[in-house]
Amino acid sequence: MSELTIVQAINRALHEAMQHDPNVLVLGEDVGVNGGVFRATEGLFKEFGADRVIDTPLSETGIVGTAIGMALYGLKPVAEIQFLDFIYPAFDQIVSELAKMRYRSGGQYPCPVVIRTPYGGGIRGGLYHSQSTEAYFAHTAGLKVAIPSTPADAKGLLLTAIHDEDPVIFLEPKRIYRSVSGEVPDGDHRVPFGKARPVRAGDDVTLVAYGAMIPPTVEAAEMLEKEGIGAEVLDLRTLVPLDEEAVVRSVEKTGRAVLVHEAARCCGFGGELAAILAEKAFYSLKAPIARVTGYDTPFPYALEHAYLPNAETIAHAARGAVRGG
Amino acid sequence: MSALSTVEPLTATPSDAERLFGADWASTLSVAHRWMTLGRVYDARMQALQRQGRIGFYGASTGQEAVNVATGLVSRPEDWIFPGLREQLVALVRGYSLTEYTHSIFADALDPAHGRQMPCHPTARGVHHISMSSVIGTQISQAVGLAYGLKLRHDPGVAWAFFGDGATSANDFHAGLNFAAVFGLPVLFGCANNQWAISVPVAHQTASESLAAKGAAYGIPGRQVDGTDFFAVYGALTEALAEIRAGKGPRLLEFLTYRMTPHTSSDDPTRYQPGDWAERGQRHDPYVRLTEWMRLHGLLTPDREAEEQARADTAVREAVAAAEAAPPPAPDTLTEDVYSPHSSAHRGATP
Ligand SMILES: Cc1ncc(C[n+]2csc(CCOP(=O)(O)OP(=O)(O)O)c2C)c(N)n1
Ligand SMILES: [Mg+2]
Repeated sequence: MSELTIVQAINRALHEAMQHDPNVLVLGEDVGVNGGVFRATEGLFKEFGADRVIDTPLSETGIVGTAIGMALYGLKPVAEIQFLDFIYPAFDQIVSELAKMRYRSGGQYPCPVVIRTPYGGGIRGGLYHSQSTEAYFAHTAGLKVAIPSTPADAKGLLLTAIHDEDPVIFLEPKRIYRSVSGEVPDGDHRVPFGKARPVRAGDDVTLVAYGAMIPPTVEAAEMLEKEGIGAEVLDLRTLVPLDEEAVVRSVEKTGRAVLVHEAARCCGFGGELAAILAEKAFYSLKAPIARVTGYDTPFPYALEHAYLPNAETIAHAARGAVRGG
Repeated sequence: MSALSTVEPLTATPSDAERLFGADWASTLSVAHRWMTLGRVYDARMQALQRQGRIGFYGASTGQEAVNVATGLVSRPEDWIFPGLREQLVALVRGYSLTEYTHSIFADALDPAHGRQMPCHPTARGVHHISMSSVIGTQISQAVGLAYGLKLRHDPGVAWAFFGDGATSANDFHAGLNFAAVFGLPVLFGCANNQWAISVPVAHQTASESLAAKGAAYGIPGRQVDGTDFFAVYGALTEALAEIRAGKGPRLLEFLTYRMTPHTSSDDPTRYQPGDWAERGQRHDPYVRLTEWMRLHGLLTPDREAEEQARADTAVREAVAAAEAAPPPAPDTLTEDVYSPHSSAHRGATP
């Protein structure tokens, strides 16, 4: 065990994966000599050299297109997109190519690329360093979507992603890159995809969240406990595959669901969760499903604290579900 | 085919041919001609079947056979082909089964991709033919990534990235050429400039003096070649490939051709092509140009031509019969191959 921050745990996972498998390589903007703008790839260049830790020209479509070609040849590329906000030049490669290569080739060309990218707000990054658009990727069949919220999961989910046979979009909660630290198992620690993490047990309401929304959600649950409301917190860890069973089972127990994400509400992942609960847990529901989300606006700079869900807005929604308004 | 020449004669001499193809030059040309005959017969047959409603769609490569056949012959098994729109014949020359390819045209149960793609989008891993996308340009930077793997592992082989003139305006043309040159990778960028991107003529695609000239901006030697002259194409490919295989980095070849058919079976070129286009194309028909040269030099007799034609007709007829006898893909293949069979992701199974 080592005490690490999330970004250190990611670095550790990359390091170990590259040590164990010469096919693993890292590519992206500033990932080499500079060690990444968030230092996630710190030290890799020195240890593994320029051939495996590749500073690319500034083109996201070039990065992902190149990574696809590498994977077609049997390499294990881990591409870094500097911010999720800048992934769109590569959206075509991700959605049209990466996600569909296995399917359109009848399984002849698997394409196991990992794309790591920091996402989310709360860092005074304004419109283009703050967005949380995981739903675009969860919507696209053929991609898996992982979002850790703890250092142990950051390492464990990233190692699983690197060993996975399918493409993985790995979204890193940059707001808590350094503010959350914890024990991380040494060695080949892998966290399976599709298994939610039960963060906290409770009988009155289920709070479902992931990534950087976990700390305020837990804080909300602690506030609620003092008010006599037992809140269960589930960390989804992966949106695809989704641990539907864990969500449904918890809501069957509590009868109430509060779905939390910082992404905009319209077509956000909470909508999918709400639909699943309406289909599979309807008769257990004692209150309307509530969503606590970002606004349906572009991501603001000065007012980001108003845009983002926080412990108070999450607790408020939970009180409403429990007390009926 | 008229005995009177309607085409620009090829200017190569038999000694040029010997220099290009070696002592066996006559048999290499016979092989090339046979593949071009097959391509021609196949395109004609499939366009007819499409009009009869027996297949859903077809995109011909008529007029581009010299490039495709020369590529098939110059490339090596360890090379990888990233096709643009019209390189299906390359896969066949490299050994892909005509019957299996035809199953993919009919999108039937024996299509290895289970009928998931439109016709003319084959995947043939056995001959290193990457699954074709409909999206213009995306394959270009993918070829670069594969070439990175070749270089990293010190493996022999070249990644061939094909694309049309229209694709030279797409993002991945720029990204791909740039990355390949920066990393010094073994990539042959082959632009099949058939002078049209559906209705848009190449003059509206670029103000550059040629597409080959674009290589210079990336530090890649570029060369424009008459893509309807089998000798010129073969020679240019041989030279470029020797340089690439020697580790000199990527090369760009622009093959000037004439699109001799509608863009696809869904297109009506009378809306946009000038009246003399068909005639101009016919004057540069790569198949007729090679045929006439071979007749002139005694490599083709009328009997031999008839025999070749009959052989191609039979091969295509048999492949079509096999495909028409095959059932449609099984319904449960709909949700397969979305994820690895070992994956717990079950999205493919919904609804
Ligand atoms: C990104 C993208 N935009 C538009 C299209 C629709 N489309 C299909 S083929 C084509 C023209 C392609 O021209 P070119 O690259 O010259 O290839 P050619 O068809 O002439 O072989 C267009 C616009 C597409 N398939 N992909
Ligand atoms: Mg064209």
